[in-house]
This record gives sequence, structure tokens and C-alpha cells, in this order.
Amino acid sequence: MSLPKPGDRDLRLDLFRGLALWLIFLDHIPSNIVNWVTIRNYGFSDATEIFVFISGYTAAFVYGRAMREQGTLVAGARILKRAWQVYVAHIFLFAIYTAEISYVAHSFENPLYHEEMGIFDFLQQPDITLAQAMLLKFKPANMDVLPLYIALLAGFPPLLWLLLRARAAALGASVLLYALTLHFEWNIPAYPNGSWVFNPFAWQMLFVFGAWCALGGAQQISAVILSPITAAVAIMFLAFAFFIVLTWYIPGLDALVPRWLEERMYPIDKTNLGLLRFVHFLSLAVLTVRLVPRDWPFLRSLWLFPAILCGQHSLEVFCLGVFLSFAAHFAMVEISQGIGMQIALSLLGIVIMVATAALISWYKGIEGRSPRSRPGPPGATLVGGGV
Amino acid sequence: MRRIVIAVLCALSAGAVVAKEGNECIVAAGTVAPEFGLPHVAEAIAKNKLDIAVIGSASSELNGPAGTNIAYPTWLEETLRSLLPGVVVKVATYARARETASEMEAKLPRVISETAPALVIWQTGTADAIRGVDPEEFRTALDDGVDRLRAADVDVVFVNMQYSPRTEAMLAVAAYAEAMRFVALKREAVLFDRFTIMRRWNESGVFDLYGATRTTNVAERVHDCLGRLLADVVVAGAKLAPVVSKGTE
Repeated sequence: MSLPKPGDRDLRLDLFRGLALWLIFLDHIPSNIVNWVTIRNYGFSDATEIFVFISGYTAAFVYGRAMREQGTLVAGARILKRAWQVYVAHIFLFAIYTAEISYVAHSFENPLYHEEMGIFDFLQQPDITLAQAMLLKFKPANMDVLPLYIALLAGFPPLLWLLLRARAAALGASVLLYALTLHFEWNIPAYPNGSWVFNPFAWQMLFVFGAWCALGGAQQISAVILSPITAAVAIMFLAFAFFIVLTWYIPGLDALVPRWLEERMYPIDKTNLGLLRFVHFLSLAVLTVRLVPRDWPFLRSLWLFPAILCGQHSLEVFCLGVFLSFAAHFAMVEISQGIGMQIALSLLGIVIMVATAALISWYKGIEGRSPRSRPGPPGATLVGGGV
Repeated sequence: MRRIVIAVLCALSAGAVVAKEGNECIVAAGTVAPEFGLPHVAEAIAKNKLDIAVIGSASSELNGPAGTNIAYPTWLEETLRSLLPGVVVKVATYARARETASEMEAKLPRVISETAPALVIWQTGTADAIRGVDPEEFRTALDDGVDRLRAADVDVVFVNMQYSPRTEAMLAVAAYAEAMRFVALKREAVLFDRFTIMRRWNESGVFDLYGATRTTNVAERVHDCLGRLLADVVVAGAKLAPVVSKGTE
């Protein structure tokens, strides 16, 4: 098994990461009719799984080559630099969030929501909360994904080293860490209470699995991935998941789910990447690989180009998406919350994401010709330079 | 000047608006039928004495302009008295701001011994979301609470969080709402879905929940409607359950 060759860029990765970015943006706008299109309403897993898997895949793809060509130290240093960039991006988003919440805290008063106003309490003690935010312990709503990435990247250099030498052992270690995490309930504490919403000790399994696939693991199990039996099992599992999700929304239907199954199945744990979510993601991935071949001509068509473009600049577009979802909610509160407004804001947000991705591409192009440019591939992605 | 206007508005709202509200909010709330029965409530009604304890956080309290209590437990009591003539209905409220589900769970024995209720209405979720309690810990607290109440022959109705459009993007309540629905379903407890009801009110325009105001006009009408709906759920839940004698399941 050899590493993928340079220039061997799999556009499917960019496409699905771009789509995942759009879905995360839509999911983060509360009370938005458009987020009924997102996959979390039809099964156990959601866009987060797609995103973490593809990020692990591309991180291994990019830094795996760097580690072979430039050595362990240089590649490790580059990964940590990337982690630092994601950290800076997270703090930037936190500043925007704090600005918005401070504005709302001053402009909104209603005795009915006396209790909900409690979320503004943290503004009363900035000495504590700002420090806790910088330590990644205080994380406001919808700002949990970037800290997960920072943690995953920070732990990635030794793991990549092992993946390149003993791929199976690295994956085994990752699965073992996942199992131990579930058993001993390890997690990182959060402020003011609880622990991280996305437990990095659990979610690392999906990231490492993505990396493992990129470094030859996928080829190793390609017979299993492409087997019709696997496809049949995946379809049955997706149908099962869809039915279970229906029982959460249609009263009376839950009577059809046997008690023993409920007891084993619930709760479907997002914090610790519950196995049902993992298997649901695998089922989607297996079918996607079958239905969308790598050399599918449509991947180069103009229709998919916007999503691919977003997927190629995922750190910037992700941050922008979080900001835009705040902004969209803000516009709904201040102007109108009608369905037309929801659809318009959703579309506008995606257009802004695409336009920004195009602008970043353009900048990369002009800066790539500048004398100060560093050698290396253009196109930043969430966890590494693109290829 | 502004204060006078507000004072006048308050005075008007206290009397007129509430009475005129009618059934618009009841209709717009949609179907609010209990999925499971309330056997101990049925038993209490049969004995003509119904004691209810409301355990909750700040959204179970609301004080009107004159300092009078106008939160939903008050309306619940009033409505139950008219729905159940001849039954002595008493609603005791144990509301405390910022209290989490596990703190409430810990005080259940005291509530049970003080009021000996047939039913505990348990409003929770928002304080846990604000304080960032682990949703799993929240779920366990609800589960343990159901155990405690069932062991003491007390029915339970869960009340979930308010729909608060202004703070929706800043306060992630979904995990807690799901945990509540899950426990309710699994333990066959009644869930009063305040979140969905209030969202329907906002969507249909019965109440403008976006508006900023210092008066309690909207708040009072919202609590009035919630109290009446909750009373309907309690009565319907009692009808759904056959009266059980003590000790049988």
C-alpha cells in the first residue's frame, strides 16, 4: 500500500466537506425551516461525523506525505501550527459571540424570560469567563467543534508517526482509547459545569479512522467496502435508523419499538460518539463510495463547484458559517421570523460562504506568486493545507 | 411619564386582558393530551382531595405589578377547582431560581413529606442548560426522581423549558429537551411540552414572544394559558388511568 500520489486529490472529500459545512451552518440557525433538509433529521449521525472523518482523512493525506518527505519533527511542527491557527480562529469567534450576546443582553427585557436571561450572567464576571474561554473550558452554544479539532490536531503528531509505521496498531490503539473512555467516562472538564460537548477521547476514533483510510486502510478493506452484502446491510441499517427517528416525532409509533431494544439503544450519545452514530455514518459512507465514484464526471461540473470550493477552505468557511448563523438568528429576531425570511437567510448565508471561499482562492492565487510565499501546496483546509 | 404609562398598562392588564384572553391560546396550542395516565391523581380525585406540588426554577414564578403571584401554578389551581367541583384542590409551589434537576431531585423527599402530593409537576431544564450540566447527569436526575416519586405513590408530570426566541441561538436546550422526552417516554411519565406549545403561540401570532417589554402583560397571559392547559392535562391524565389501590402496579 502506498500513499496517494501528489495531485491525486479526491474531489469527493472537498464536495462532502463543503456540503457538511452548509449543513452545520443550517443546523446552527434555530427555528429554521430549512434545517429539515439536514441529515440529522433522518438518522442518528449528522454533519459533524462527515466533517471529522474527512478532516482526519485529509490531515493524514497532507501531513503523512510531509512526515515522509520532511521528517517527523517538521511535519509534527506543522500540525501544531495548524492547531494554533484553529485556536486563534476559535478565540476570534468567541469575541464575535460575546459582542452579540452583550448587545442582546442590553436590548432585551421581558419578565417572561427572567430565567433565560441567566445566560448573560457570565458577562458579570469577565475576569473568570474570559480566562476560561481561552483555556477552552468555557464554550458558548454551537462553539464546541473547533475545540474538538484543536484537541485532535494537538494529539495527532505521535499518532501519525505510528500510523505510518504500524497502521493496524495505530487504529487498534485508537479503538482501545475509545473503549476505555466509554468505560471509565473520561472527558475534559468544562466551565462552569460538566465536560466537553464533543469528547475528544471518543471522537478521536472517527478522526483516526479517516486517517487510517487515507493511508491505505481503505484500499486494504476495499473488498468489504464494495461488497453488495455490505451495501445491503448499510441500506437496512439506514432504514432502521430512519424508522427509529420517526418514532421520536410521530406519537404512537414508539409503541412499535420493543422495550429491550430501547433499553440497549438509548441514549444515543453525541458527546461520546455513540456506536449507533458511528455505524450510521459508516453506512452512509459505504453507500456514498458506491454511488459517487472518484472519477465521476459530474464532480467537475459547475453545479458542484460551489460546495467543493467551500470544502477546500474549510477552516475559514466553518468560522464564517458559525458567525453567519448568529447573524441570521439576529436578523430573524430583529426583522422577521417568517418562513420566507428563514429560506432567504439560509440561501444568503450559503451564497456568502461560497463567495468568501472564492475570494480566499483568489487571494491564495495572488499570494502564491508573491516572493514571500512559502513552498507548499495552496488551499488551506480545516486540518491542513490542501493538495 | 413613562412610569405612569407603564403603571396604567399594568393595572389594565391585571383585570381586563386576562379575562378576555378566551380560548385563542388553548386552540393555538394544538393537541396537548397526556400519553400516559395519572393513577394517583385519579385516586385523589375519587377521595375529593387533590394535593399537587410544583417543583421548578425561575420560570415557575412570576410576580405581577402588585406583587401578587401570577405564575402558572396559580392558574392551574384556579382552573382545577372549577373543573373538579367538590374536590379540595391545593397547589404548593417550590420554585427556586437557578436550581438544577439534581438539586430538585434531592429535595423531593422534603416536598413529599411536607405536602403529601398525589402529583408532582416537575419543571426543569433551563437552569441545567445555562449552567452547562452534563445532559447525562440531567437525565439520571430525572430518572432517579421518577423512582423516588413512584416509590412514594406520587404521579409526575414533566414540564420542559420555555420557548425563548431571543436567546435560542445562545442557549443550547436541545440536549436537555431530548433527555426529558426520553425519560418521559421510557418511564411512561407525562410530559407537558411547554417548549412546543409556546413556539406554536409565537408562530400563530397569539403571543409575540420576540418583543422586549418591562411589563408583565404578555407573561401573565402566557402563564394563565399554560396553567389552564396543564389543568386539562391533569384531568385528562386522571381519566386515562383506572384508580389503583395502594401497592399494586
